[in-house]
Amino acid sequence: MMDYDSLLSRKVKSIAPSGIRRFFDLLEDRPDAISLGVGEPDFVTPWHIRDAGVYSLEKGFTKYTSNAGLLELRRQISNYLFRRFNLYYDPKKQMIVTVGGSEAIDLGVRALVDPGDEVIIPIPSFVCYGPIVTLAGGTPVYVETKAENEFRLTAEDLRAAITPRTKLLVLPFPNNPTGAIMEQKDIEAVAEVLRGTDIMVLSDEIYAELSYGDKHVSIASIPDMYERTILVNGFSKSYAMTGWRMGYVCGPAVIIKQMLKIHQYAIMSAPTTSQYAAIEAVRDGDRDIEMMKNDYNYRRRYILEELEKLGLHCFEAKGAFYVFPSIQSTGLTSEEFCERLIMEQNVAVIPGNAFGSCGEGFVRMCYATSLKELKEAFRRMKICIDSL
Amino acid sequence: MTEMLKLLEKDARYTPAELAAMLGKSEEAVRKDIAACEENNILLGYGAVIDWERTDEEMVTALIEVKIAPQRGDGYDRIAERIYQYEEVESVFLMSGAFDLTVILTERSLKEISTFVYAKLAPIEGVTGTATHFIMKKYKYNNRIFSPVIEQEERPLYI
Repeated sequence: MMDYDSLLSRKVKSIAPSGIRRFFDLLEDRPDAISLGVGEPDFVTPWHIRDAGVYSLEKGFTKYTSNAGLLELRRQISNYLFRRFNLYYDPKKQMIVTVGGSEAIDLGVRALVDPGDEVIIPIPSFVCYGPIVTLAGGTPVYVETKAENEFRLTAEDLRAAITPRTKLLVLPFPNNPTGAIMEQKDIEAVAEVLRGTDIMVLSDEIYAELSYGDKHVSIASIPDMYERTILVNGFSKSYAMTGWRMGYVCGPAVIIKQMLKIHQYAIMSAPTTSQYAAIEAVRDGDRDIEMMKNDYNYRRRYILEELEKLGLHCFEAKGAFYVFPSIQSTGLTSEEFCERLIMEQNVAVIPGNAFGSCGEGFVRMCYATSLKELKEAFRRMKICIDSL
Repeated sequence: MTEMLKLLEKDARYTPAELAAMLGKSEEAVRKDIAACEENNILLGYGAVIDWERTDEEMVTALIEVKIAPQRGDGYDRIAERIYQYEEVESVFLMSGAFDLTVILTERSLKEISTFVYAKLAPIEGVTGTATHFIMKKYKYNNRIFSPVIEQEERPLYI
């Protein structure tokens, strides 16, 4: 009998499975359930993008691409970043096409972090940063963002978390799960803390296009920040392309060169069909982004109003497709609230503490769901809350 | 206002309260806008899109190309009016190109469509020719696709 437990890597065993998991397990065998749980657009990828993928298959483009991705795709991404965010990255030296934004995050962390290095991670945030840092041998240092600051990262909180061992700051805005954004002034304040240090920034801007107030500002566009920023972005959220697994990472050429080694050994190259579809998306998809963003915005306003009616207070989330209301008025913990909601009314939302302990007292709701479903979800939520 | 109209075009059943929430306006303001649009013939009606194929109702829809000789003073409008007054006529458009009007009508049988064309449409003064095309299958109409959505398989996915 093999003693697998002693064989398994201690590092791997030490990381906890995603806290979201239990709530998705509860969803099983509940055909009538409405899920505001999964953070994924409800749109199907626009047809012209799917068609480009199909066409590439008809032409027989089924081989590997170059490790960094199709040059034409990198050129188009470079053009896009300049057009939309005023950033310039050399398609040949400063960019890798990755398997989703997730791989890009992994590459960034692994290229920089040595054992003993500290990585500052604002929470609540997407669940992957801490485990990836741990696997790289680094130490995650969590900084709690607060509801009274609309879950933005403040200069003071960042400064307090910096030590001589700090190597990297993860900047996950617009934010999953809170829907928080960082406005220009907030980004400038963070930049001011970093100036003169040698701390790098991993800016996860996968939701950059889904910013409903002012246009998203990338930290890479702030003076002195370009040279210390690794920019992560991708196609999943903005073009409704989650299943294609298409992301990219941009940054200083020296760092990208090292990241490319990891990518070439672990991945080889991102999926070819997806890359052809992505060329079409980034070249001709601005209109699709606008259309979907408009639609999310309607639902965002709707959901914020419905939450207020239910007495669940929520700051005005202006990014991504999440709201993060407080459920403290119900007297329940986040998990109790979510469990009752799913067991009694078949509505799935995610407890805030799945995204970091300071998310306790909040829940994440994804509004990338049709208005019809949102309406029904709120009807059921009201019944649940009234019965408390 | 345009935003509200686009939403209503997508789903005419949105209530003023829902529209107000989505647009970030007051319900009162939305009600006023709707009333103003109705008053000014901008909002002409609220219809459902129905796949009659799935019912036992017999129906035939035809698209008829109509050539007409425009009349002095009235141009095409007078003849178009004489056509669209018929209840069974669903749509009438003035076209550029090889013919002048597109007329769409629905009847219970091919025979009724033929009767309409030779007994009512063709004899109208100024109508110089017609070509009738029958619609065999509807795939998409008014942004609605006429086929069941294929659901993706269940996914154990934790993100």
